[in-house]
Amino acid sequence: MEQYRAHLMICAGTGCVASGSLKVRDALDVEIRKRGLEKEVKVVLTGCNGFCAKGPIIAVHPGEIFYQVVKPEDVPLLVEEHFIKGRPVEKLMYKMPADKKAIPVMNEIPFFKHQVLRVLRNKGMIDPDSIEEYIARDGYQAAAKALLEMSQQEIIDTVKGSGIRGRGGAGFPTGLKWEFTSKSAADQKYLLCNGDEGDPGAFMDRSVMEADPHSVIEGMVIGSKAIGATKGYIYVRAEYPLAVERLKKAIKDANEAGLLGRNILDSGYDFELDVYLGAGAFVCGEETALMRSIEGQRGMPRPRPPFPAHKGLWDKPTVLNNVETFAQIAPIILNGADWYKSLGTEKSTGTKVFALTGAITNVGLVEVPMGIPLRTIIYDIGGGISKKGKKFKAVQMGGPSGGCIPEHLLDTPVDFDSINATGAIMGSGGMVVMDEDNCMVSLAKFFLGFTADESCGKCPPCRVGTRVMLDTLIDITEGRGKPGDVETLLDLCEDIKATSLCGLGQTAPNPVLTTIKYFREEYESHIHDKWCKTGVCRDLASFEIDAAICTGCGVCARACPQKAITGEKKQPHKIIQELCIQCRTCYDRCKFGSIKIGPGLKFAKAGATNAAVADATAVGGPAAVADATAVGNRGEK
Amino acid sequence: MARLTIDDLKRIKEKHKEEFSLREGGYRAKVTVHMGTCGIAAGAREIMTALMAELREAGAEGVIVATSGCAGLCSKEPLATVEMHGQPPVKYGELTEAKIKTIVKEHVIGGAPVEKLALVTGSETAY
Repeated sequence: MEQYRAHLMICAGTGCVASGSLKVRDALDVEIRKRGLEKEVKVVLTGCNGFCAKGPIIAVHPGEIFYQVVKPEDVPLLVEEHFIKGRPVEKLMYKMPADKKAIPVMNEIPFFKHQVLRVLRNKGMIDPDSIEEYIARDGYQAAAKALLEMSQQEIIDTVKGSGIRGRGGAGFPTGLKWEFTSKSAADQKYLLCNGDEGDPGAFMDRSVMEADPHSVIEGMVIGSKAIGATKGYIYVRAEYPLAVERLKKAIKDANEAGLLGRNILDSGYDFELDVYLGAGAFVCGEETALMRSIEGQRGMPRPRPPFPAHKGLWDKPTVLNNVETFAQIAPIILNGADWYKSLGTEKSTGTKVFALTGAITNVGLVEVPMGIPLRTIIYDIGGGISKKGKKFKAVQMGGPSGGCIPEHLLDTPVDFDSINATGAIMGSGGMVVMDEDNCMVSLAKFFLGFTADESCGKCPPCRVGTRVMLDTLIDITEGRGKPGDVETLLDLCEDIKATSLCGLGQTAPNPVLTTIKYFREEYESHIHDKWCKTGVCRDLASFEIDAAICTGCGVCARACPQKAITGEKKQPHKIIQELCIQCRTCYDRCKFGSIKIGPGLKFAKAGATNAAVADATAVGGPAAVADATAVGNRGEK
Repeated sequence: MARLTIDDLKRIKEKHKEEFSLREGGYRAKVTVHMGTCGIAAGAREIMTALMAELREAGAEGVIVATSGCAGLCSKEPLATVEMHGQPPVKYGELTEAKIKTIVKEHVIGGAPVEKLALVTGSETAY
């Protein structure tokens, strides 16, 4: 066994690879050889570290020193200072946003400090392609215990006792699902893993499959004994090539090691596992559609009952669990139900992985105990809103099936039931953060556009209903909204929720319902005032420079693609409305907040001026009134 | 990989224990080779190579090796500091490859400081 004095763990998750971590690895290989350190310093490629915003990321052991945004040209300095002279390189360390103080040790950085790792226990610690490294971290010990020492019922009881609920989104108790299926008599049963992660902005399952593929396989081996399945599939979307590659290698290695396949660990149990690639349909994340897809048919859901526990894949009893659920099974078996329950809330035990994206400083992957307030995730871990001076507006949880949660509910604890009560859902763990520059009507339109596209078309409420809702939303954002549209939308939402065949349709209205619930005035202002106050909907916005605030720095004039902004240096600038295409670039660039957004000009005749003025008085004071009047006047000429 | 048994799982875990104690932050002894300009000029590089070779050969467990800058005693370079868990650090000076091997055998593995080679025990007080 080779011994090294330092291990350099380079993140090779999809995010870091995209930002160039493999080039950094190559540079390190060259530099380490050049310095004759190849027998002293070991370079290991790991799965996703989680702090994707700061990639490429390197962690150095011993000392757990964290380096971020490492470029190939930083490598000679890093090797010279850290590995020859023993001085960690401050330039590459994380800096606290407030005082720019460098924090050398990974676990002292706020992003990591609040996290508790169970699903991601091997994140950054092992080479995902090495079964030996997985075994070195207690890997397959739980499988051995379950296969050789525990009865089927003992496994089920432990999982039931842990209280773990399915991490795919709906939160059905995993142990119960296993118990139902174990009691179905059949000559063949199947165990399936759902890796068809399709929500926009979600990448939890991908990271688990890439960083720790054996943890999913081990969970499945244990589950296969619990329900009596001898054949299983991991259904992964084809858009995850790295996850597919690592899973295939892991399955091959586990088969060769006798940890999968025939007579696992000489226990007499067989479990054959394959990867099945999805063909890109979102609906195939729904369990019955996923099963049809594996059968080689078109992925369409069917009514339940019969439930998959009785009639699933090829009409045989089947269990389908999410990637993250399976990844937690081995530690539950090893440490027991009470250990698992020691974290989280009474009805939502354990931890949950979230993918933080959107207008947030620390984009990345985090694992936290259930019950933690949303505010802690967004501010303490996520570092708050990324754009300086902008306020938090809402967080979208659960993707197209979920809803948005506004600022005043940020103290909501993150557990299945509390999140459901807000109108959003826990979902698979996507968290898209929005700041005040996001238009909530456009957000609803975006998600409805997604579900309308992805509707499989089998049942009319979803096929036609989502389309009608989308058309209404398009009308509202393009200035054709009419009084009563909001009521029509609410009506449609109820019908589609109640009558759709599967989860896709039943949850598709959620983004609309929650945006209306929490941001109804935005809908009203789009419909009645033809005014999108965030300036996202081009037809419903006009831009003016507030001469009292403008410093004449000229940034907006240089950024304007239409050359529609004129003005002398250090003098207030002006927007030529005839040239302006309402792209909002000037608004985004201005550091002083001098760009004001008024209602859409082409609708000004329709009597919007007065309403706009009245609104502006309420919101922005006299300056805004002047603005709105100016806009209205021009519109009338 | 051949088919594994439970004993093999334990054996593999044992085999990698060293590597993971380094990654997980648990160790019994720490050897620091001082590699400031003075140290490197006096041959600290060779000391490091010899140290690593000796640790490998002896199959020492729970030992981490670090480098650091000048220790301040440039005339006694190359220098190394050995810290055993729970004991004050011991500095060794004017090292040679033979001396560092002795230190590994007697102090790092054997647990007894090599008095005839030790410069000083304990560290400077820092305010």
